Amino acid sequence: MSAAAASFLAGSRQLLRNPAVLMGAAILVLVVMAALLAPLVAPYAPNKLSIANKLQSPSLLHPFGTDEFGRDILSRAIFAGRVSLMVSLGVVALSTVLGVILGVAAGFFKSLDAPISRLLDAMMSFPDILLAIALVAALGPSLTTVIIALGITYAPRLARIVRGSTLVLREMPYIEAAITLGLPTWQVLVRHLLLNLASPILVQATFVFASAMLAEASLSFLGVGVSTDMPTWGTMLASGREYMNSAPWLMVFPGLAIVASVLSLQLLGDGLRDLVDPRLTKER
Amino acid sequence: MNRIVRAMLGRLAGMALVLVIVATVVFVIVRVTPGDPAAVMLGSDATPQDIADLRSRMGLDAPLIVQYGQFMLGLLRGDLGQSIFLGQSVGQALLARAEPTFFLTLFSILIACAIALPVGVLSAVKRGTVFDQIVVTLTMIASSVPSFWLGLMLIQVFAVSMGLFPASGYGGPDSGFFERLQHLVLPAVALGVVNSALITRFTRAAMLDVLGDDYVRTARAKGATERRVVLKHALRNALVPIITVIGLSVAMLVAGAVVTETVFGLPGIGNLVVSAVLRRDYPVIQGTLLVVAAIYVLINFVVDMLYILVDPRVRL
Repeated sequence: MSAAAASFLAGSRQLLRNPAVLMGAAILVLVVMAALLAPLVAPYAPNKLSIANKLQSPSLLHPFGTDEFGRDILSRAIFAGRVSLMVSLGVVALSTVLGVILGVAAGFFKSLDAPISRLLDAMMSFPDILLAIALVAALGPSLTTVIIALGITYAPRLARIVRGSTLVLREMPYIEAAITLGLPTWQVLVRHLLLNLASPILVQATFVFASAMLAEASLSFLGVGVSTDMPTWGTMLASGREYMNSAPWLMVFPGLAIVASVLSLQLLGDGLRDLVDPRLTKER
Repeated sequence: MNRIVRAMLGRLAGMALVLVIVATVVFVIVRVTPGDPAAVMLGSDATPQDIADLRSRMGLDAPLIVQYGQFMLGLLRGDLGQSIFLGQSVGQALLARAEPTFFLTLFSILIACAIALPVGVLSAVKRGTVFDQIVVTLTMIASSVPSFWLGLMLIQVFAVSMGLFPASGYGGPDSGFFERLQHLVLPAVALGVVNSALITRFTRAAMLDVLGDDYVRTARAKGATERRVVLKHALRNALVPIITVIGLSVAMLVAGAVVTETVFGLPGIGNLVVSAVLRRDYPVIQGTLLVVAAIYVLINFVVDMLYILVDPRVRL
């Protein structure tokens, strides 16, 4: 077994000894599996209308109740998880790519540090939701534009972390040795730098995942998010508001789905951070 | 030159640069609109003449560099542009809606600090106890709750079921401060509770950092009471990271206010920007983004200055 594989296994074992991480992982697996297998596990089609069954309180037939069109809330919540996960994964991918490019460029090439850092300062001055809705307004609401808007919004968070780690790594003897040996810059960056940046990126990406889920729900709730035939947790909450007095379950279950998903990612992120930076563990 | 004045001038220069970049980013965002912003704003019923008129009113017919120059010059004069739908300048629109947002943010941060500072300090002092475990768990859960959902739940319980507080609005035009305050209780609690989670975690971590330091041990060895050790020696030295996170929280509260104001029907800046997005009133979106980002930059500056007052060792 290679040293990297052994280290990964040891890290995973240590991670899984933490009950909070185990709980987070279990919830996340449940949410992901439910989303992936939605057509199989959802008791009803998400958009199946049944006016005769409208606004029914939770029962054995409809564990989360039904909405104003008689649609099953549990089935809709399961399908909504697909949209939320898809958007959040897209946001993580885009913000990671942008964040790594900007962070490595700022941290590795001294001449680029000041301009990129000031740009990151400026981008981080915008509250995330506000910047995202401005970008969605500019680009038009759709699944892709929500991913682009949130990806751009969260990229500076990753870039900051990557820049900081790059500044430290750049001074490491093995990086200096690689440069002295005349390796092309791209090889130094990819083979020596990026591999060592994986841990801080993974930790921050987990938190961006959680933030993206919250932001997507907020955008959908405001009516400026993903426009799709599929329900989202945010749009379910927005439409449920009108029936708040007579059918409070319309508000409860989609909200709990958001809380559980975000909580699972926060627990995982915390566990990963402790593993990557053991100094933090003593503070817990 | 005095150290504080020199630090302040340095930070002011940095702040000005960031503000220029912020304005440029905002300019770019509005100009990346696919197609013609004027056509998008006017909708499908607009005639070519309507579109040409609006383009001219918005200055979109000039070359991009000229538009940028006009935009920056306008900002220097305090001109944020003209709303397309409200019939007033963006500055006036923002001012007219600033009060609910200001008080919502203020009360939320007060609630967040009132919860977070004592709980965070106590949690650190009682590290490893059941109380500490409960605090750690609750803060983790609270930071996963969308503030708008908590707001909806609060409306359900305290407005709909118990009738203790109004569910929405900000009182009529003749309503007094107390009546308006009643309308702010639930949204401020929703935002404050969610944001208290982050401040609690930072307070706890910052206190844990300093509680093990030599000077705290020395203070205890000298026979100082535990209360004095915690409040005078430890908390004073833990304040720098706590102030930072409170400053950051204010910016997060402004973001949270955008959604929370919509939930509670508060006629604030959040509500203004959401309706501007739905109507594609770009000058309003642009102006709001700029003002909010400028407030954030200003808060950061104030936080930096507070560092020096709180901790004279800080060199900026």
